Amino acid sequence: MELIIIDYGAGNIQSIKFAVQRLGFEAVLSRNENEIRKADKIIFPGVGEASSAMKKLRESGLDTLIPKLEQPVLGICLGMQLMCNSSEEGKTRGLGIFDVDVIKFSRELKVPQIGWNEITGLKSKLFQQIPERSYIYLVHSFYAPLAKETIATSEYGLEYSAALSKNNFFGTQFHPEKSSGVGAQILKNFLDM
Amino acid sequence: MLTKRIIPCLDIKNGRTVKGVNFVNLQDAGDPVELAELYASAGADELVFLDISATEEKRKTLADLVYRVAEKVNIPFTVGGGIRSVEDVDGLLQNGADKVSVNSSAVKNPELINELVGKFGSQCIVVAIDAKQVDGSWKVHLVGGKVPTEIDLFEWAQEVEKRGAGEILFTSMDHDGTKSGFANKALKKLSEELHIPIIASGGAGEPHHFADTFIKGKADAALAASVFHFKEIDITDLKKELRKEGIPIRL
Repeated sequence: MELIIIDYGAGNIQSIKFAVQRLGFEAVLSRNENEIRKADKIIFPGVGEASSAMKKLRESGLDTLIPKLEQPVLGICLGMQLMCNSSEEGKTRGLGIFDVDVIKFSRELKVPQIGWNEITGLKSKLFQQIPERSYIYLVHSFYAPLAKETIATSEYGLEYSAALSKNNFFGTQFHPEKSSGVGAQILKNFLDM
Repeated sequence: MLTKRIIPCLDIKNGRTVKGVNFVNLQDAGDPVELAELYASAGADELVFLDISATEEKRKTLADLVYRVAEKVNIPFTVGGGIRSVEDVDGLLQNGADKVSVNSSAVKNPELINELVGKFGSQCIVVAIDAKQVDGSWKVHLVGGKVPTEIDLFEWAQEVEKRGAGEILFTSMDHDGTKSGFANKALKKLSEELHIPIIASGGAGEPHHFADTFIKGKADAALAASVFHFKEIDITDLKKELRKEGIPIRL
């Protein structure tokens, strides 16, 4: 299986690479259109600020490529947020794959949300063998509200989307590569698709 | 519900754990990677590696260690100790660290916080603050608590938040090593005045100290070193006990 992690200069890719390695797979880092198009599976990572990450995607033409991909694609953290219509962070448009707008948590909460929270309402093959209320690790200040594409929810001041899915596209707000055994199983489910 | 975090801290010198103790399942008590794996499997929510070595080789040794930890450990970890520049941080994050913590260098050059946040994002920048009470008011101390300053803890914490740090790791020098509990009054004030998570450090001796710092100190996470190293407190047992007391804890 050919697995590519999209390398566009936004985020901690090493941890994802190692997590995949622990499951017995090798991932290739690439921002090359042809390589990405040919891959069997794609992980779309992201850490940092939304508008500057979108700018990097535009500069490399990845903003038009990613929404057209037909193989399974997994967006992680900011990667998931960029797959939405827009983000309040830096007032940027997103890739428009998930029909939801990313907004900031209320100032009454501690922001960023950092730590382990539960996921519920699991409804996707991404969560095979994952019990309801499993713990996953998150670090984020912005969130995707509940939407028709929501496949897992979490609660921080209010209920929001912990994961989204549409056709071949999946996105997790949490970091499966840092979510212990639960995260490893979720990554495995994606790689087994 | 977001859970409270238990964070073992490993002191590192020249790539090896200091205060390494012979754990039953450990081949080599001084290997930070083995110890990290052991803590992760016991249910630690995060790990902190604090590098206290001062050799010229330091940067490379630490970067190598970070790489080896990231390879094996599937929970988040923070690296701190002598980090001074954007380049230092870049190297550590690229090797797989999730967060870095800055301390003295941020006090000497507060603009460093803005630079790091601008380049890497708030989520991976932790500012560590060591403080101690001098004539009844909390003063920031530098170089592992050795050098006093005139800076007020609460004013500095506010500034750190304004400059964009994602988290504060507050160590009370008055409580550190005493095993008499965390500095809950100061922690509560920090937690109520700020809008970013606060990690409590210094003073852990008994399981109920953790409960106290979460309930009375309103801390978001609690860090300890020796009680875990010397097996005085077992992480799994501690977490079970905390949950029994109604504190949100990941098990």
